[in-house]
Amino acid sequence: MEIGLTHYLVISAILFSLGLYGIITRKHAIMVLMGLELVLNAANINFIAFARYGGMNIEGHIAAIFVIILAAAEAAIALAIVLNIYQNFRHVNVDEVDNLKG
Amino acid sequence: MMDISDLVKSISLFKPETTLIVTFLLAMMFDMAIKKSKNIAGYIAIAGLVIAGFFLFQQTGANYKAFASLLVVDSFGQFLKFIILMSSLIIIIFSFFSDELHNAHTKLGEYYTLIIGMTFGMFLLVGSANLIMIYVAIETMSISSYVLAGYTKEVKRASEASLKYVIFGAISSGIMIYGISMLFGLTGSLNLFEINQFLAANKVATLPLLLSGLMILSGFGYKISAVPFHFWTPDVYEGAPVTITAYLSVASKAAGFAVLLRFFKTGLLDSIPGTSEAWQLLGNIDWHYVIAVLAVLTMTLGNLVALWQTNMKRLLAYSSIAHAGYLMMAVSVMNDNGVSAVLIYFFFYMLMNLGAFFVVQLVANKLNSEDIEEYNGLGYRSPVLAVCMTVFLISLTGLPPTSGFIGKLYVFSSVINSGYIWLAIVGVLNSVVSLYYYVKIIRNMYLRDVESTKSKLVFSPITIAIVLMLAIPSLLFGVYFTPIVEWANYSMNIFVGN
Repeated sequence: MEIGLTHYLVISAILFSLGLYGIITRKHAIMVLMGLELVLNAANINFIAFARYGGMNIEGHIAAIFVIILAAAEAAIALAIVLNIYQNFRHVNVDEVDNLKG
Repeated sequence: MMDISDLVKSISLFKPETTLIVTFLLAMMFDMAIKKSKNIAGYIAIAGLVIAGFFLFQQTGANYKAFASLLVVDSFGQFLKFIILMSSLIIIIFSFFSDELHNAHTKLGEYYTLIIGMTFGMFLLVGSANLIMIYVAIETMSISSYVLAGYTKEVKRASEASLKYVIFGAISSGIMIYGISMLFGLTGSLNLFEINQFLAANKVATLPLLLSGLMILSGFGYKISAVPFHFWTPDVYEGAPVTITAYLSVASKAAGFAVLLRFFKTGLLDSIPGTSEAWQLLGNIDWHYVIAVLAVLTMTLGNLVALWQTNMKRLLAYSSIAHAGYLMMAVSVMNDNGVSAVLIYFFFYMLMNLGAFFVVQLVANKLNSEDIEEYNGLGYRSPVLAVCMTVFLISLTGLPPTSGFIGKLYVFSSVINSGYIWLAIVGVLNSVVSLYYYVKIIRNMYLRDVESTKSKLVFSPITIAIVLMLAIPSLLFGVYFTPIVEWANYSMNIFVGN
């Protein structure tokens, strides 16, 4: 059987769902960020697959590169913020950082 | 395709943004060179914003697809860029008087630099006509704002605010980029103009289009804090420094509404230029109802939860969610009247909301608290401030003779003109609910603790002058609103080009 567009789309849908599942269920901030990377990479697979099989122009590849760059920038900021949370709270469990509510 | 004359013209229309980049670099350099002055970067930033405003003014009347249709320069964008520019300027001035920021840090250079960076991101977002450009612009402004929300990093609640902001923000932009990738697959382009042409010429499967549209909406909805993407709003608004809270509630929302309107008008709707007829829908999906339902949910939740808030910043956070709901009502009608109503409302919303937050900041400077109980007897302790706060709150409620009333009037009339009577009724009922919690603050200021022995609060004349400079226009535009309405009507055409 030939590997086609559908296979890639299914893979990316699975990755996306796993990413969202991880974001919702994980308590550790780093694990939440890892779930996020899965979501972004799912989008990347979509972009590349559409560009390759959908007969589309290079825009898809460029989009994927932009997403990778921004994911890196966002991860850097997010890690710095998580580090700061550790300094203030002495842990990085997202659900225990709950002083603000109401 | 892009040729050299397009590039030259694009660069000449990119002057305001270029100015912001230069300001960003200069502010950083001066901050490192001149160690004595804490606010040097702030002064540079103000100068840069004024110059950017001048270049922006020069673009009046321009309609151009710059950089091979990556960015659009039009009068709609110009109006919202002016709103963003003015609020950045006002926020930088507020920051000079913020004890919260000055006590926490020896240097504030990065703070002002990041505000300029955020302004730059918002300028890009307002003009974007390409989905990847939208994503890049949203990230540019978000990344700066994540840091700004937690700028007072020793304060526990500020670091908590920035954690919540970064996680919610990253998730919604992640969902948005997945939606963008689906739309790219459906239409074969990332350019909104080409997407529009494709949708007009071809039949696209409804379910994937609806799904990708909703996913993209999650990114925009997060920026304008629309339900169900609002969860971060109260926590971030309460935890972040007051200046940043005020900034997020005005400028960030203006950019979010700009991209929301442009995305629909340029991408998903078939437009008839020069008329105020309803825009024609593409792809068999009734986006009117999607937005209208979100608007009803947003304003109802915002107003109802605001009723039992005891922290001023949190109360104003829910109130800003409710205001996003009113604005979405005007978006949901999807015609030029709606756009003009959004613009008018935003101008007045900027004045009254920034004013209310500045009063909160001044009171917090003196009393070190944002609790509503602390406002008891403020009418006696600082009469001028209390009167101004009353003006802002009445304006936020939308009662005459304030400018908020005019804003609401235009929003409701655009909704009624399009035949959505039920939506307007929900909006009016919501305004009535909001009266309760706004008046609660006024009651605390004037009717509680009137015979208190609490000392008078003395504010420096310059801060009082700034409050008055926001309060007087809030009142004045309630009676003499023609210039703003004319300006908005001039700016309501979103350039779709051919």
